[in-house]
Amino acid sequence: MSKLKSTLGIVAIAFITLTAVSCKDNKKEQNNTEGNHSEMNADEDHSKMDHDNSDGHHDSDKKEMAMSGDGDSELILKDYFNLKDALVADNNAKAKDLGANLVTSLGNLDISSNFSDTQKIELKDIIEDAVEHAEHISESDIDHQREHFKILSKDVTDMVAITGTENTLYQLFCPMYDGGSAWLSMSKEIKNPYYGSKMLDCGEVQKEIK
Amino acid sequence: MRIVKIIVLVLLVAFVGIQFIPAERNQSDTEPSTDFMLVNNVPEKIQKKLQVSCYDCHSNNTQYPWYNKIQPAAWFLEDHIKEGKAELNFNEWDSLSSRRKASKLRSIIKQIESGEMPLDSYTLIHTDATFSEAEAAEMINFITQLKDSL
Repeated sequence: MSKLKSTLGIVAIAFITLTAVSCKDNKKEQNNTEGNHSEMNADEDHSKMDHDNSDGHHDSDKKEMAMSGDGDSELILKDYFNLKDALVADNNAKAKDLGANLVTSLGNLDISSNFSDTQKIELKDIIEDAVEHAEHISESDIDHQREHFKILSKDVTDMVAITGTENTLYQLFCPMYDGGSAWLSMSKEIKNPYYGSKMLDCGEVQKEIK
Repeated sequence: MRIVKIIVLVLLVAFVGIQFIPAERNQSDTEPSTDFMLVNNVPEKIQKKLQVSCYDCHSNNTQYPWYNKIQPAAWFLEDHIKEGKAELNFNEWDSLSSRRKASKLRSIIKQIESGEMPLDSYTLIHTDATFSEAEAAEMINFITQLKDSL
């Protein structure tokens, strides 16, 4: 009888462990889906918000758009600059939110008009790449965010080369970060998003983009 | 004592029960023409390392461990593989544009450098998947060359 008891005990422990493991898994999964849900909701909200914004924007912009290219790419730039400022300020949490905003505004870029076929292909490619980096930025620590920001900057620069912009931009360059890294800014003033407060003034003006 | 018996019985039934829930198996016989190894000139040593350390989660073919036959372990693996393939699938390498390839290669370098990949939960059992310092250097060297040649 005591043998039976101890066997039962062992079996019980084994199953409790396994179930505990499986419960943890399930919980994690649930959390994940919940997280995704709230993210998705947030995204929806964003897109709704952006939509509201851009609706107003569009209406006033529509006339302009015919002349000065694309209102959507200006929204992408706006989100990009906000993200850059968050990295300059070493603000990981804000950069996450802004990365998520950027995912939305990148997705909203309308490439169906005004561009040649090769430009359309390239823009699609740029957006696809940029979205992935923005997604990573929305869920990473600040070091990772900066790594992804480097390639994102290249994507956005290439995008501007196609879409053009109504403002004068500056391509700034920090020779120290990761073998040399560029970023875009509305101002010539150097405020380094790759180092933040650690080395705020590392960099130089590389190019003026009009 | 009765309660314990009942609990054990319930758990036993639950454990046996979940064994009948199938997990999706990541297995494919065809080697797609877009595979990383096929379109790039990959040295044999690097090929082997990629196969052992990366392909289980980053390709359409997983060499499953024995415990994949047991739930809930199978679910855990399925989850990881899905995530891994979404991020990077070596089998579909050549369908990416140069820009995307450069991005992926960069991420590969960064993640091996930082030791993020292969995942600890993977190397815990697949001890041969870990990168020694020399292996990491070799891999990073190769990937960097590939990135620069794009």
